[in-house]
Amino acid sequence: MTAHTISVRLENKPGALARVSQLFSRRGYNIQSLAVGPTEHSDISRLTLRVDCSEHSLEQIEKQMHKLVNVLRVTELRPDEAVERELALFTVNVSTDKRAELVALSQVAGARVADIGRDAIAFEFVGRPDEVEAFEELVRPYGVRELVRTGRVGLRRPSAGGRTTPSVQV
Amino acid sequence: MLGSDAVLRSLELEGVDVAFGIPGGAILPTYDAIARGTTVRHVLARHEQGAGHMAEGYARASGKVGVAIATSGPGATNLVTPIADAWMDSTPLVAITGQVKSSLIGTDAFQEIDATGITMPIVKHSWLVQDVEELPGVMKAAFHIAQTGRQGPVLVDIAKDVQEAEFDFAYPDEVDLPGWKPPTKVHPRQVREAALAIAAAERPIIYAGGGVLNADACAELRALVDSAQLPAVVTLMGKGCLPDSHPLNYGAPGMHGSKYANWALNKADLVIAVGSRFDDRVTGKVSAFAPGAKVIHFDIDAAEVGKIRHAEIPVVGPLKLALAQLAEEVRAVAADGCAARDPWLRQLEDWRAQFPFRYAKTDGQLKPQTAVEALRDLAGDRDDIIWTTGVGQHQMWAMQYLVCDRPRSFITSGGLGTMGYGLPAAIGAKAARPDATVVCIDGDGCFQMTCQELATAALERLPIVAVVLNNGWLGMVRQWQEMFYDERFGQTHLTHAVPDYAQLAEAYGCAGFTVENEDQLEDALSAAFTAGRSAVVDVRCDPEEKVFPMVPAGAAAVDVMEAPEEEVRA
Repeated sequence: MTAHTISVRLENKPGALARVSQLFSRRGYNIQSLAVGPTEHSDISRLTLRVDCSEHSLEQIEKQMHKLVNVLRVTELRPDEAVERELALFTVNVSTDKRAELVALSQVAGARVADIGRDAIAFEFVGRPDEVEAFEELVRPYGVRELVRTGRVGLRRPSAGGRTTPSVQV
Repeated sequence: MLGSDAVLRSLELEGVDVAFGIPGGAILPTYDAIARGTTVRHVLARHEQGAGHMAEGYARASGKVGVAIATSGPGATNLVTPIADAWMDSTPLVAITGQVKSSLIGTDAFQEIDATGITMPIVKHSWLVQDVEELPGVMKAAFHIAQTGRQGPVLVDIAKDVQEAEFDFAYPDEVDLPGWKPPTKVHPRQVREAALAIAAAERPIIYAGGGVLNADACAELRALVDSAQLPAVVTLMGKGCLPDSHPLNYGAPGMHGSKYANWALNKADLVIAVGSRFDDRVTGKVSAFAPGAKVIHFDIDAAEVGKIRHAEIPVVGPLKLALAQLAEEVRAVAADGCAARDPWLRQLEDWRAQFPFRYAKTDGQLKPQTAVEALRDLAGDRDDIIWTTGVGQHQMWAMQYLVCDRPRSFITSGGLGTMGYGLPAAIGAKAARPDATVVCIDGDGCFQMTCQELATAALERLPIVAVVLNNGWLGMVRQWQEMFYDERFGQTHLTHAVPDYAQLAEAYGCAGFTVENEDQLEDALSAAFTAGRSAVVDVRCDPEEKVFPMVPAGAAAVDVMEAPEEEVRA
């Protein structure tokens, strides 16, 4: 089992996302994260899916997804060929006397302060998924009250060369 | 034009001559359009499940798309089983359901159910139409998707206000489906690879399935078998795609297939899968399936290739084209010489002679196999017979003993295993092929699941013959209880006597016959065939008869169990 990132171009039609997520549950594949949003075309959405599965299952997932009428293209984003980012929001407990220290620390790590409360600060962090995890470790000693991650989004690196080609030819 | 009229005009423009259904509140405007006039014949079923299976039987007998119409809520949920059946067996089906008014959707209104949601895992695609302007495009797309690529069911759920809305109807010439691109070509290099593998194989076997029928590729398959002298096994769903009486057809492999078909498939060095999908009922234990074989897999659906069994040579594309190209390539390659195949063909003949289907006749008990043999003999060389079946023991005996030499002459529920399929499928087949003699071989358990459709057969003048192999039990379950559950026959005894099928038939305006021993069999079947109306023959047979051979679930297919010797002393 290996984690894979799959990028899907999807028609922006009612039920299209449900059809994709239904396919995963119905065939017994587990989604680690799923991010969906608009693209350069208003009638097309892009899904970035993170799944933990064997190569054989990955091939099946891609082929089964291609059969969905609303799915336009399925591509695996290989780590060396993709830019992957994630947004996370953290609410971190902090007493007044530790505020300055925590803010300084977060700035070094590349986070932004989103809101400051009496006993907590909300940070936003954008980065590679491993950087998000590193930031979480960094602030954990202060006490993470709440945390939300968008799940990764990804695109093929222009520097990887060539046009993005579907990983399954049908 | 009203949306409801647009539904009917769309059906007419798609060439639909028969649709099956039942009206109800949310689909009423469309039934009003039917009443106002259409060239589509509507067959009124007695239950939406019946309507759905009729549409499937129609599709399988004709090769055209079947159409089933139902109302919202329970109408739609009753269609779920036929939709699932069509999904599993790749039967082209357009299911049309009414939905509550757009303003009520999402409010748990009377007879509101999320039909597109409920059916999402079992359709190729579905639409909830809430804007009448979208209706023609959706109907066009529905028919296109149902019958292109791997065939299957689609659902069009139409809000009641859409059916009542007025608009300017224009049927599109083309579909706008950027994400739907089923393969139309075959990779020549893969076909060449396949031909080379065939030429090199000493023990090749074709493993043909229902996909050959769907692809209308039976002539191409036969040409390949004949020109390359390739032996074949044919699955339950494929029965009829290669004549059963063809000398190189070794019949059905799998759980209740013959020992020789299972050995042919499992001892081959090359398995050429054509429109078949390595179903667990065929393979048995997958890790022990055809262990010495290389696999060539021809399929229109790329997702089937390599799903269960790795294919050394995958060939994705339309089978009609692929098989025609393959036959040519095989001819070209064979000019350079072929592996010696005579010992393998002799071996297959030896196995066929050594392990025929067999059963013992016992005094005082009519064996169900005897009834199927009598039907086979009665059908003889007639080319107008279409058989349908339910699911269970009778289905397996029909598979084993019937001889089907023509495509689309054997219609059954394979993947979903839907009890109750046989009778409505027969009625649908009769609607598709009024010239045919349609015979449903059913079990008593199956028959009772959809027997209300006798009313449809009688009143719609779609005469069929239903032969109920009445053993008084849920026979296949009983067989498993006897063999694997220490003979604890829990909840499987239905009795021979209730209902009295002949009286039930008469009550529905059909002819009824009861057969209690072998001497009555031929006369009753002949009378049923010539009754001039639908007929039911209640064949009371041995409750203890089991289906053999058998590959126990989870066992290797090569370890097929023959009938115990003492049971087959003839």
